[in-house]
Amino acid sequence: MSFLDVLYFIIPSAIFYAAPLILTAIGGVFTERSGVVNIGLEGIMIVGAASSIIFNLMFADQLGKLTPWVGLIVAMIFGIVLSLILAVAAVSLRADQTVSGVALNLLGLAVAVFTVKMIYDKGQTDSIAERFSRFDIPVLSDIPLIGKMFFVDVYATSILAFVVAIVAWFVIYKTPFGLRLRAVGEHPLAADTMGVSVTKMRYIAVMISGALGGIGGAIYAQAIAGNFGASTISGQGFMAIAAMIFGKWHPLGALGAALFFGFAQALSVVGSSIPYIQDVPAVYLHILPYVLTILALAGFIGKANAPKASGVPYIKGKR
Amino acid sequence: MSKRLVNILVPLISILLGLIIGAIVMAISGFSPVEGYVALWNGIFMDTYTMGETVRQITPYVFAGLAVAFAFRTGLFNIGVEGQLIMGWLAAAYVGFKFDLPTVIHLPLALIAAAVAGALWAFIPGLLKAKLQVHEVIVTIMMNYTALHVANSLIGTLSGGDERTPKVQETASLRSSFFESLTDYSRMHWGFVVALIAVLVMWFILEKTTRGYELKAVGFNKHASQYAGMNVNKNIILAMVISGAFAGLGGAMEALGTFENMSKLHGFTGIGFDGIAVALLGANQPFGVLLGAILFGSLKNGGLNMPSEAGVPTEIVNIVIALIIFFVASGYIIRVVLERFGKQRKEEK
Repeated sequence: MSFLDVLYFIIPSAIFYAAPLILTAIGGVFTERSGVVNIGLEGIMIVGAASSIIFNLMFADQLGKLTPWVGLIVAMIFGIVLSLILAVAAVSLRADQTVSGVALNLLGLAVAVFTVKMIYDKGQTDSIAERFSRFDIPVLSDIPLIGKMFFVDVYATSILAFVVAIVAWFVIYKTPFGLRLRAVGEHPLAADTMGVSVTKMRYIAVMISGALGGIGGAIYAQAIAGNFGASTISGQGFMAIAAMIFGKWHPLGALGAALFFGFAQALSVVGSSIPYIQDVPAVYLHILPYVLTILALAGFIGKANAPKASGVPYIKGKR
Repeated sequence: MSKRLVNILVPLISILLGLIIGAIVMAISGFSPVEGYVALWNGIFMDTYTMGETVRQITPYVFAGLAVAFAFRTGLFNIGVEGQLIMGWLAAAYVGFKFDLPTVIHLPLALIAAAVAGALWAFIPGLLKAKLQVHEVIVTIMMNYTALHVANSLIGTLSGGDERTPKVQETASLRSSFFESLTDYSRMHWGFVVALIAVLVMWFILEKTTRGYELKAVGFNKHASQYAGMNVNKNIILAMVISGAFAGLGGAMEALGTFENMSKLHGFTGIGFDGIAVALLGANQPFGVLLGAILFGSLKNGGLNMPSEAGVPTEIVNIVIALIIFFVASGYIIRVVLERFGKQRKEEK
């Protein structure tokens, strides 16, 4: 296998594994920018994965090729519903955000597996018939070298992930909404004084993260896993949080970090058939994203600063 | 209404609300809530076997709860209990099968190895927090996944490519034929005694030693403690290390008592995360943690009986536990309601 062949092999699968991480990480950027820590992204991804798979199994006959896409919307709705629980607890009831996020993870997994067992009488669903399929992008795929790396066998979901990241960058940095969002996360008191509703902004941000986390989970389930069980989503939500931090709370940074983590995941899956990499014990590739995140936080890879008010409930009138 | 009474009422009301919503969920899903909860009750108290298993389930929860609570008291949120527990489990299992020693040395050695492994795993986030102000929540989460993969890989290496480590020697086991005969061959073991001792140790450290006073002081106000001449950084690291040692001992309970070995894990045990619930419910007090562990351990073990007896998936118990955490965490609203209620009563008088 030549070096180029390795690239042709590994880059598409890296992007493939990264797509769910990108979307969920962008969701994390939105909440944290508004000052709410969302540890519950894992639970949201689980619910998104479960709801999309159940929907897919039920309606594949009627909807055919469209099923996975409608499944994304279903997952988005369920993700928003779950995230609202966090919003109510953490924003309105001033609950500890990390604790409620942990509870959200427990709840998401429990509800998802409970529902699956109730409907199918077993812990794991059958495999879905309608998956996301891949295609070659016309014209672009004919570009020598790059074409075969980036534009052959592309999943539409990967394109969606890139588009969402760019849109998120535009929304957060180039629109009045984004300015308010960031203001609320850095200095809620000042934002409140200027007439920005802290509660409203935080609710919207948490719901956006619910929507994107749900979609992320659905993409993982419908493109990578193909079914749903208790261990379908195992750590992808936390890896997305890691990508968000590694990307320094910036949408495009998160995109880059998620791509890198996708690359690590792809390596650990397909690495056994690639020269040199097959000699590296798989455990190093497994722990790479997590260790890198710790190093990033420790400031070895440039200092990462969280939004100032992140994790602190805003209580009106309190200095 | 006195503050003390409200502090007791908040967890009680949360438990009640959790169970009520659990019943509603069962009713909506087409199960009978009464049958479900009877099955849950039977799964906890039906016979000596189930009671022995319930005690077995409670034991690691005590340690996980103590670990989370201890860190909380110094103002640290140790989500990494899960990872520290895994490392402790592995260390105890390794020492347990590797050495040939008399019980009086072997068993304590295995327990100490577990505590040290957990403490080391918690030392890293503690050090990063103290020296570089890195938030411990994210670091400990990342350490959890690292622990999972590292442990799985090490189990393969230690056992020569097997899926599980060899059984621990009898000299390191916490099992006893006395409990087996008493509880109809349940997996109940001496660990609960170790757990009770751990509760007393935490109480003693926090309430009766200067170091414990400092740890609590740092938890209340870092800057005031610094001003009073306490070494805040040292206390942060120490709190994490002690917390990790408790978590590691929780792993030892699994290694030396419940399973007597360690198999490769497909996912987290969940004990560490449930420890957050235990600590929260027990208001981070050692004896509160004991009560919280008894409740959640019983719920977890009783839930295993629900599918066979009432046809309800076990996960309903996890739903109830998650809801209880939400309600305790959102204690603010319960407090407001209670205060209103208390005021109205006063006016009527």
